[in-house]
Amino acid sequence: MSAFTMGSYGGYVWSCFAMAAVVLIICDWRARVRQRQVYRDIEVRIKALGPDNAPGEGQ
Amino acid sequence: MWNFIHRLASPPHFYRIAPRIVPWLAVPGLLLIGYGCYAGLFVAPPDYQQGDAFRIIYVHVPAAYLSMMTYMIMAVSAAIGLIWRIKLSHAVAAAAAPLGAWFTFLALATGSIWGRPMWGTWWEWGDPRLTSELIMLFVYFGYMALRAAIDDTVKADKASAVLALVGAVNVPIIHYSVYWWTSLHQGETVMKGKMDTDMLVPLLINILGFTLVFGALLLRRVRAEVLFRERRTRWVRDMVLSAAGRGT
Amino acid sequence: MDGETPGLFTAVVAVARRDLLLAWKRPGDVLNPLFFFAMVATLFPLAVGPSNEQLEFSGPGVLWAAALLAMLLSLNSLFVSDFEDGSLDQMLVSPQPLPALALGKTLAHWMTSGLPLVLVSPVVALTFRMPVAVVGVLMLTLLLGTISLSLLGAIGAALTVGLHRGTALLSLLVLPFAMPVLIFGARTVSLVATGDSVAGGLYFLAAYAVLIVSIAPFATAAALRISNE
Repeated sequence: MSAFTMGSYGGYVWSCFAMAAVVLIICDWRARVRQRQVYRDIEVRIKALGPDNAPGEGQ
Repeated sequence: MWNFIHRLASPPHFYRIAPRIVPWLAVPGLLLIGYGCYAGLFVAPPDYQQGDAFRIIYVHVPAAYLSMMTYMIMAVSAAIGLIWRIKLSHAVAAAAAPLGAWFTFLALATGSIWGRPMWGTWWEWGDPRLTSELIMLFVYFGYMALRAAIDDTVKADKASAVLALVGAVNVPIIHYSVYWWTSLHQGETVMKGKMDTDMLVPLLINILGFTLVFGALLLRRVRAEVLFRERRTRWVRDMVLSAAGRGT
Repeated sequence: MDGETPGLFTAVVAVARRDLLLAWKRPGDVLNPLFFFAMVATLFPLAVGPSNEQLEFSGPGVLWAAALLAMLLSLNSLFVSDFEDGSLDQMLVSPQPLPALALGKTLAHWMTSGLPLVLVSPVVALTFRMPVAVVGVLMLTLLLGTISLSLLGAIGAALTVGLHRGTALLSLLVLPFAMPVLIFGARTVSLVATGDSVAGGLYFLAAYAVLIVSIAPFATAAALRISNE
């Protein structure tokens, strides 16, 4: 099918679209990972300090 | 309306509201990208000069456009943070930078791959857009490196804001000057002439789709950034404890 | 009259003069980048081989790249000694506008790094068998370009003063903004060989310098305040 070969430019065209998809997926994944990591770190720290230990306001 | 924006600028409110907005950006955005790519790959007719290779435009242009738009977002929020000292603004700038770098990389990579069948080489120093995009990538790297090198968050925010603003003045100049220089001496490598509607519509759809998806990604990154910056505050503590208490 | 604070011009000149005096007492700071420039420029023909055409062809580019690297090298020390001995604090609280003082320091820096490069370049260009007309344009582009580089470097130096490993970071920050200078500087010099007009390139370098000089003192001042908090 000519859609696959794209008139002999197939490799170039499809690799670009694939790269775009990969970049979006990476950005999505990194956002998730960062959110999860920050949240976990906070949980760990709060549990270590004990629930009755009031923190200061802001930085 | 102003009340909404004002509340949005408060970290706890932003943290709660952002995840509700994200799907409204991500889902339409992905649908648009899906349709735009389909139309761009299969519906649009091949280009007179470039054949099917021109279809790379449907990811290359959105990436390049976003790389520049992200920079403006970064610079404007850095300026707002610097002038009005809004914490959230600095968080937006910090969160935008990696996204901008990724899109710049994508623009460079797809541009390079596009160049291979067109010019015969993977890189063409004579092309103004590639050169100015490369410069922008370095500016992003410099911004992120400067942030990383300064431990104090407030100081890092201010210093990187200065850098972002210097870049905001410079990057357009660089972009146009390199373009002007090459067009003086080498003739255009740009696709000349108006685009066929059949070719243009998928491009516009993709630009819009990518922008919406970028918005969703940015909101999520800003949310994580806000959480990190506010990690020692009471509202975060209460929120985490109550979430743990609810067993989520 | 007694007790009047000195004017703007006096302040700039005073700051510049102090730095020039300090540079005079420590010639190494000035000479090191120059040696580096000469070294790079002479190593290149050695490595690439003595083919005349190749040398003439690559001369402008290599010389300009070497000049840029030499400038980057010299930028590190711009604010560091003032930061360490407390003079920076003095500048921050002085009644003179900080941008003016920053401009004074940048001026002195250019006179001890950019200007020497311009003056030394004809000698170094000899190794590339550059015709006299080309050397003239080279010097002109270096003159205009190093002004921009000093100004840009001052911003970078102000942002990174006191930072651990600030040196590499400084280069990373300055490099993207220096690239147009490099491109236009080197290409303009190459144009002389082919007989094309160099006016366009020179105008760009001049315009870029004007643009940067209108931004840099303020950005440098802002960066100094932030870095010193």
